[in-house]
Parts: sequence; structure tokens; C-alpha cells
Amino acid sequence: MSSTAIPPTSIESQWSLPYKGHVGMACLIAAESAIFTIFVVAYIFYIGKSLSGPTPREVLHLPIFATVCLLSSSLTIHAAVGALRKSNLSAFCLWWFLTLTLGAIFLFETGREWQRLIYHEGLTISTNLFGTTYYSLVGLHAFHVTVGLIGLFTVLLLTLLGKVQQEHSRNVDVFAMYWHFVDVVWIVVFTVVYIIGR
Amino acid sequence: MQVRDSSISYTRWAPQVLVCRCWPAAFLLAASLFSVHSCFAFAQASRVPDIFKPASTPAESIQRLSLFVLVITALIFVVVFSLLVYAIRKFRYRAPEDGLEPPQVYGSNQMELAWTVVPVLIVLVLFFATARVIHSIQQAVPPPGTIQVTAIGHQFWWEFRYPGLGVVTANELHVPASNSAQRTPTFVTLLSADTDHSFWVPQLAGKTDLIPNRVNSMWIEPHETGMYVGQCAQYCGTQHAKMLLRIYVESREQFNQWVAAQKQPAHSADAVAAGRRIFEKTACVNCHAISGTIADGRFGPDLTHLMGRETIAAGAATNTHENLKLWIHNPDSIKPGALMPAMNLSNQDLEAVTAYLESLR
Amino acid sequence: MSSESIALTAVREPSRPLGDALYSWVTTVDHKRLGILYILYAILFLVIGGIEASVMRLQLIVPHNHFVSPQTFNRMFTMHGTTMVFFVAMPVLFGFGNYLIPLMIGARDMAFPRLNAWSFWLTAFGGLLLYFSFVGGNGLYGAGSAPDVGWFAYAPLTAKTFSVGHSTDFWTLGLLVSGFGSIGAAVNFVATIVCLRCPGMSLGKMPLLVWLNLVMGAMVLLVISPLTAAQVMLSLDRFLGAHFFDTQAGGSAVLWMHFFWIFGHPEVYVLVIPAFAFVSEIIPVFSRKPIFGYPVMVAATVCIGFVSFGVWAHHMFTIGMNSYANSFFVITTMVVGVPTGIKIFNWLGTMWGGKLQFKTPMLFCIGFLFQFLVAGLTGIMLAAAPFDWQLGNSYFVVAHFHYVIVGGILFGLFAAFYYWFPKMSGHLYNEKLGTLHFWLFVIGFHLTFDFMHIPGILGMPRRIYTYEPGRGWDLWNFIVTIGVFFQAVAILIFVGNLLYSMFKGKLAGNDPWDGWTLEWSTSSPPPEYNFARIPVVRSRRPLWDLKHPEDPDWKYE
Repeated sequence: MSSTAIPPTSIESQWSLPYKGHVGMACLIAAESAIFTIFVVAYIFYIGKSLSGPTPREVLHLPIFATVCLLSSSLTIHAAVGALRKSNLSAFCLWWFLTLTLGAIFLFETGREWQRLIYHEGLTISTNLFGTTYYSLVGLHAFHVTVGLIGLFTVLLLTLLGKVQQEHSRNVDVFAMYWHFVDVVWIVVFTVVYIIGR
Repeated sequence: MQVRDSSISYTRWAPQVLVCRCWPAAFLLAASLFSVHSCFAFAQASRVPDIFKPASTPAESIQRLSLFVLVITALIFVVVFSLLVYAIRKFRYRAPEDGLEPPQVYGSNQMELAWTVVPVLIVLVLFFATARVIHSIQQAVPPPGTIQVTAIGHQFWWEFRYPGLGVVTANELHVPASNSAQRTPTFVTLLSADTDHSFWVPQLAGKTDLIPNRVNSMWIEPHETGMYVGQCAQYCGTQHAKMLLRIYVESREQFNQWVAAQKQPAHSADAVAAGRRIFEKTACVNCHAISGTIADGRFGPDLTHLMGRETIAAGAATNTHENLKLWIHNPDSIKPGALMPAMNLSNQDLEAVTAYLESLR
Repeated sequence: MSSESIALTAVREPSRPLGDALYSWVTTVDHKRLGILYILYAILFLVIGGIEASVMRLQLIVPHNHFVSPQTFNRMFTMHGTTMVFFVAMPVLFGFGNYLIPLMIGARDMAFPRLNAWSFWLTAFGGLLLYFSFVGGNGLYGAGSAPDVGWFAYAPLTAKTFSVGHSTDFWTLGLLVSGFGSIGAAVNFVATIVCLRCPGMSLGKMPLLVWLNLVMGAMVLLVISPLTAAQVMLSLDRFLGAHFFDTQAGGSAVLWMHFFWIFGHPEVYVLVIPAFAFVSEIIPVFSRKPIFGYPVMVAATVCIGFVSFGVWAHHMFTIGMNSYANSFFVITTMVVGVPTGIKIFNWLGTMWGGKLQFKTPMLFCIGFLFQFLVAGLTGIMLAAAPFDWQLGNSYFVVAHFHYVIVGGILFGLFAAFYYWFPKMSGHLYNEKLGTLHFWLFVIGFHLTFDFMHIPGILGMPRRIYTYEPGRGWDLWNFIVTIGVFFQAVAILIFVGNLLYSMFKGKLAGNDPWDGWTLEWSTSSPPPEYNFARIPVVRSRRPLWDLKHPEDPDWKYE
């Protein structure tokens, strides 16, 4: 298709574009960030505007343990991807399993907090504006964690079945991008809900 | 490379050229139609809510700004339109076919600069003109003679209260005309009892919305007496279309008389005592208020001086005996979807209640 | 590697049993077929949306008309707006993008073919869900009803108190579902354009259509999400008793407006930018010159993309924001007009000094230019907030945005239909019928939308099922309705022309327009794999280089 003055192969051989998995996941993360931004804006807008009912200061406890678990899971998944790149399948499996466990602990802790809030403090999504914005924002994040856990579990299953090899490290890295995104969102949610909002 | 295309023929150009030549004429025709129509409409100026026939200070400053913007945009239009028409006519593909492509021009930095800088300057001019008017309208300070009105939007009617004067009415607002010697504008606080509405009387001011859980305000300063029409301008439900508005601008004396009459409690005559009893014993009192009686409902309009209004059902029907009866008997026939229920009164009761309402002057 | 050899390898598929053919279409992941599915889906809903508009115009042809009830009318304008934006404009633009992008960048398919199919079917299902409301809207309680809250569904009209039954939920859920489809399509667009360009096609050598679809795809990612979020919030309010927009509990109706318009305004740029893309490809070919100012066109589009996120509250000038907020949105709205105007000048510059051929695609492009100019100028008028305090929510605004969407985007789409129809179907359309379609539609369009500005100036608000006589609106409403008939006939001619030509039109060959971008090097229609060998390009117009080896573009760019 080109003019014959330049041999086509030199352009072709130097031609390299980003991996589509990374770009696709980056796009998804952009869209999800926009959704979270709207929920965060709603949360901030309604701080202090509840007409009645429990306030954040009264009922929220800092979820330090859960946060530490979730943020460390970013480190473990990073280690897992690194291990897979070096073809170290058993290390990969171990780190991956740790990530899944830490994520599951986070979700469990969130569940426990919600149980306390609903049954002991009487705070539900329909109680007041704080309840509405709190459950929707934290719930949206928890939903994304759940989706991540399902993905983590699926990959773990495939690994145990021997289907995951070193050549899949790019794909796994794409998934890890999602997991890191979930963690970064938690940092924002934690700051807005437990620090600024109280 | 040959550009061969035998389907193009010269006869194809004729209609093209004709319409191109005609387009300026077509616009002139439309413009003259419009101005002829406007002249004709002038005879009934108060019924045609033409934003270019303002009768109040804010509407007048909006009109001045609008004309300024129109002139600038019209100039831009004429320039670009002419260039487009010129390009279409001058550069169309003609025979004899030389088979060559035209000079392949990729761009021109000077042109890009020119047609970036000029629009930016135009934008700056427009912005400053606009910002001035925004500030002058939104940050106007009410002078001492201001009439304060609170307007509450309902589905599908307007509640008007004059807090300083102790007057409550509905749908038809009365205000005094203002003159520069003794300014008496009317400042309206806008609230809503249910969903969003918008207060728009084009000849007196731009529109401002009534939003629940929010306090908005707007003002008018009419100079000429007369009746000005408007209507709700934010979709609020089934009968948004018939949530009409009337503003009666009166002389100072007329306005004072009107206020004095409105402050009176309801007339009470023995001849209509039967109707009044029915009114007070049925569900009417749940929604309507008539001062001086036990009726103090807030869901529907205050009826104390119902006969002082020229229309009922927020302008959907004129205030006549027949319409009043029909409205009470079957509101859906006048305004389907209005929140007034059919009252299911017997014919006799209906006549009695209507007679009672007609005594509420 | 010459274009002829590619042409020889293309074959018409042998005819198959209908069941097999349908199955292959339903399960396809080929970007060309999915593109065509999107386009056909959009044409179907264009006709449905047009019928809804015609019902409205018939009701408004005279004052106090009784053609339909107020309830029906309110459903018509809600469904018309929702349908046209989400189930006509978005799908048809995704359809053209899907079809053209891989061909123009020398790729075999989109980056994620299965995601592509998933996105299409999700969008399609969303539309069906929305239309199911006509029968299922009120749940079990009686005749169904479509949503009637307006296409922007302002709170608190959408709260359970004011919108009983499920009609609003159909609106919310139908759009939520198709919104995910849109995000999927956008992810595909961006990933494809960034990652699958053929060797030599750097970002600065992509056709403008590809650039503009990249900007549009990136915008969609950030634009649909606020609507999705707001709809989730509305659903939480309606189903779980949340209070996001519940004014009785301290919630804010204005918050919905902000969220909606943060979606709604950039959305109209999402719709218009692909129309710009079509016009940017078609005008050069029929002027026989390259696009004037390619780098500036790219920069202007990117600029529009960014600035369009900062103008949303010009839809909210009347809600009582303070004068500083109002002034801010005045300046941003006027500023976004500058790069838009630059584009008009560049198209003019492309035509200037060229050899213009007035084939049907070019006729529609020229109509686009005139009409988009007017639309932009009425937009500037509306940008002057005090002027908007009068004109906002009136028929002037309705006229303005229809001028953009019909006079601009739809005309651009018609140009694209006629231009790429030969490529997609392998046949030429009938030029006489195409010209007839154009003129009839121009007459109808101007009758309807020119005169529609006047009732707005005379105080007629929008979304009213009837109006008072004697306000000076009667004559104009009548004329506006008459224009609808011309447009309807024109659309019938258009559909008829395409259907007939698909089977009986003359064979088009690879390159009926003597074009310069890569899609014209394949057969018409292209084979499933697009290119026998991935091309290598050196300039923005690879086919110009091939056709003019003595004078290639890459020497001058």
C-alpha cells in the first residue's frame, strides 16, 4: 500500500502500539471513576443536611483493620503478577490466594459494620440523607469489591486447574489494574466518609 | 486522474442556483411576515406575550441585550452565509474537464489565527454585555415602596400571598404600576408545594423556577397598566399546559382598592346559606379556604374573593356560571388530570353551591 | 498488494437458508455486521420516534385540539426525546463508527469483537425494555403506560409520590441497560483506535473520522456514567426509600438537574462530533481537496471535548443560581462556540478553491453547513443568560436543538448513509431519488424548524399539550405541523431508495467516489477479514498516494 521508495518492513517492524487489554481496562476505570465521582459529590453535598436521625459522628467507627487488609491486597496482587511474569506459578498462586483472602476479609468487615449500623444504630438507606448517601457510596464500592472477588476466585480456580501460565501475565495484569482501582476508590471513600464527613 | 462522472449535467445546476439566489429573499420574506404579524398583534398587545414588547424594567433590559446579541449574530450569519453561497457557486465543478485535481491546499496558519482571534473578541464583548445585565437584574435592591409577594407553585395552580398586606389569592396577580418618581416594583418570592414549576410572564420579566425545598426570587417593575399573560414554563405533570398566569397592572389607587377588598372576609348572605352549608359539610373544606368561615384548606386555591377573578382553574376556563358548575361537577371535562376531584353533588346541591361561590365577591 | 487484487478476492456469500443467515447475523461479532445492525435498529426507531413527533404536531396544529389526551401527549414527548437520543442517535453513530473505524485504520476488526456484540445487544434490549412500558407501565393495575416525565425526568416529578406505577422505572432501567452498552462500545472505540492502527498510521495520520470518534468514545466514558449514577440514585429513591431527590427529607431537586446536565450537555457533543466526522470525510472528497487545517480540526475537537464538560448549567439558568455562577456558565458556553466556529471555517476553507461535485452526500453536507451555522448562532443567543431567561424552556429552545440534531446531525447522517451505502451494500443508490429526498427534506425541515422559533419568542412554553388561542401562536404552529408531512415523505423516499438499491442498484465497485481513505481500497462490501494484508501507510490519504505516485501527500504533510 505504500510507495515503493521505502521498504515496508522497516515501518512495520518499528510499529508497536499499547496492549489493548491495558487500554480497555483504563477506559473502564475512567468510566467507573466518573460514576464514583457522582456518588462522592452527592455524599459531600449532603453532609450535615439530614433533617433527623443518626449523624456520622454518632455511629461511624473507623474501619482501620478492613482498610489495612484491602490496601495490603494491592501489594499482594502486585507480587502475584510479578511472580507470574517470572513464571513462578506456586508463588503466584500463593500471593493470589492471599489477595482473595484479604479482599474477602474486607467485605466481611463491611458486612459486620452494616449489621451493627442497621440493627443497633437504626441507620438504613431510608433513615435520612446520611443513611442514603452512606449506604449507596460504600455499597457501590463493596459491589465492585464483590465483582473483583468473583474474578479473583475464577482466576484462582483456573490456576489450580493448571490453565494459567506465564503467557497470561498480561491478562492477569489487566485484572490487577481493576483491583488497584478498587483500592484507590476505597482511599477516596474512606477519606470522604470517615474523615471529612465526620 | 480523470474525474469522470456522466451523471452530472448542467440542468442540475438551475434549481440549485435558483434556490441559492432565493435564500436571502426567503429570509427577507420570513422576516417581513414576522414583522407584519407583530404589527397586527400590537392591537392585542397584552394577550400576545411577546418578549420583544416588554412593559417592565427587567424585561426591557433583557430586550436591549437580546437585540444587541441578535445584531451581532445576524452579522456573523450574513458574513458566513455569503461566503458559503459564494463558494458553492464559484467553485462548482465545471466543464471543460481538464481532468486535473484542484490545488491541494492543506491549511493556512494565518487564516486559523484570524478566525480564532475574531470570534474570541466577539465572545468577550458578548460576555461583558451579558454579565452586566445579569448583575443588574439579579442584584437589584428593592426600594422602599416594593410590594412583596410570595408565589407558591402547585400542581396546577398558583398561590399568591402578600405577606405585608395580609392578602391571599390565586392565579391572578394584581400589582401597581411603577413610575420613576415613586418606584413600586413587585418582588416575588418563589416556592413550590410539590414539583418544579416556572413563573413566566414574558412581557414583564424572564422566567424563574419554583423548586421545592428551595427559595427563589424575581422581580417585575411594570410601567403601563394592563393585563399581561403568562403560564408555567417547567413541565410539572399532566396539566402543566393549563397552569396559566395573569398579572393585572393597575394604578396605585386601583391597586389599593383591590387590596382593601381582598382583605375583607368573605361576604355572607342568607340567600346562599344553603350552598354555604353544603360547602362546609362536604369535602370542599379539605382543600379550600374561605376566610371568615370554617374552611381553611390549603391544598386548593383560596376562594374568599373568587368572583374577583376573571378565570377559574388557573386560566383554563372563564369565570362564568356554567363553567363554575361544570368545574365542580366534572373537572376533567375542562382540565383532565387536574387534582380537583369530581364532587358528585346532586343537581340541586350543585346549583346551591355554585350560587354560594358566586356570592364570594 | 494493489487494490485490484483485494477486489478480486472478495466474493458474495453463496445464498443460504434463511434460518442459517439469521443465526449468523444474531451471533455475529464482525464489526461490519454489528455496524449494520446498529444502523438498522436506529432507522426503525427513527420511524417510531417520527411517528411520536407527528402525533404531537397533529395535536398542536390548532389550539385546544383533542387529537390526543394530555396524558398521551406527555408520553409522546417523553418517548420521542428518549428514543431519538438513546435509540436512534447513539446507535446509529456507534454503528457507523463500528463499521468504518477498523476499515479506515487498516485493522481486521475492533479490539474486542465479543464486547462489541454484547454492547449492541444490550443497547437493543434497553430500547425494547423502554418500549415494553407501553403495555407494562402500570404493572398489574390496568393498561400500561409509557413514561411521561419528560426525557430529562426532573425530580421530584419522578418520585414515587408524583409518578405512581412503573412507567418511570421503565425509563430508568431501559436507559441504565443501554448505558452499559454505550460504555462497552466506547471502550471498544478507544482501545481499537489506540491499539490497532496499521503500521505507519500515527495519530497524526489517522483520518479525521477516526480522530473524532476517538474523542467521542473518550467522552462517552465520562458522560454516560453521571446519568447511570443518577439513575441508580433515582431507583434507590423509588425502590428502597432513599432520599437523594426527596425534597421532603431535605433532598435536592437541583442535584438531579446538575447530574443530568453534566451528562446531558456533553452528550449532545457526543452526538454531533461523529456528524462532524462524516462531514470532514465527505466534503474533501467532493471538493477534490484535502481537509483544510487538519491539525487545527483535531485540536478544536479535543478542545470542544474538554470545554463541553464545563457548560452544563446553561440548561439551568432559570433555577435561581447566583449571578456569578450564571456568568461563569455564560462565558464557558460562549467559549465552546469558538472551536465549533473554527470547524465551520475550515470546512469552508476545504471547499474554497476546490471542484465541488453536488452528489447527494455533498448536498446534505452543504445543508449541514448552513443549518449548523444557524443552530450555533441561536445557541449563542441562548448562552446570553438573560436572553435565556425569556427563551429557555420555550419553543425557541426546541427549535434550536432540533436545528442542531435534525438540521445538523441528521443531515450529516444522511450524507454518511449515501456516501458509504455503496461500500456497505455493493450497490449504488439512485441519485435522482437521493436529490429528491434532499430537497423535500430541506423544505420540510425549514417549514417546521425555522418557524418554530417564533412561538418561542411570543411566549409559548414547551411540553404543553395544547395552547390558548389569541396569543399569536396559532399560525406558526400550523405551519410547523405542515412541514412534518414533507419530512415524512422524504424519509419514505430515503428508505425506499436504500431498500430498492440494495437489491437492484448498479454495482458500485471498490471506489465509486474516487476517495482517499483505506476503506475504498477494499471490495464493496468488504470481505469479512477486511484486508488481505494489513496495509502500511505514509500519509493521511493513502489512496491519494497510490493514485498519484508522482505527487504523494507525504511529501507535503
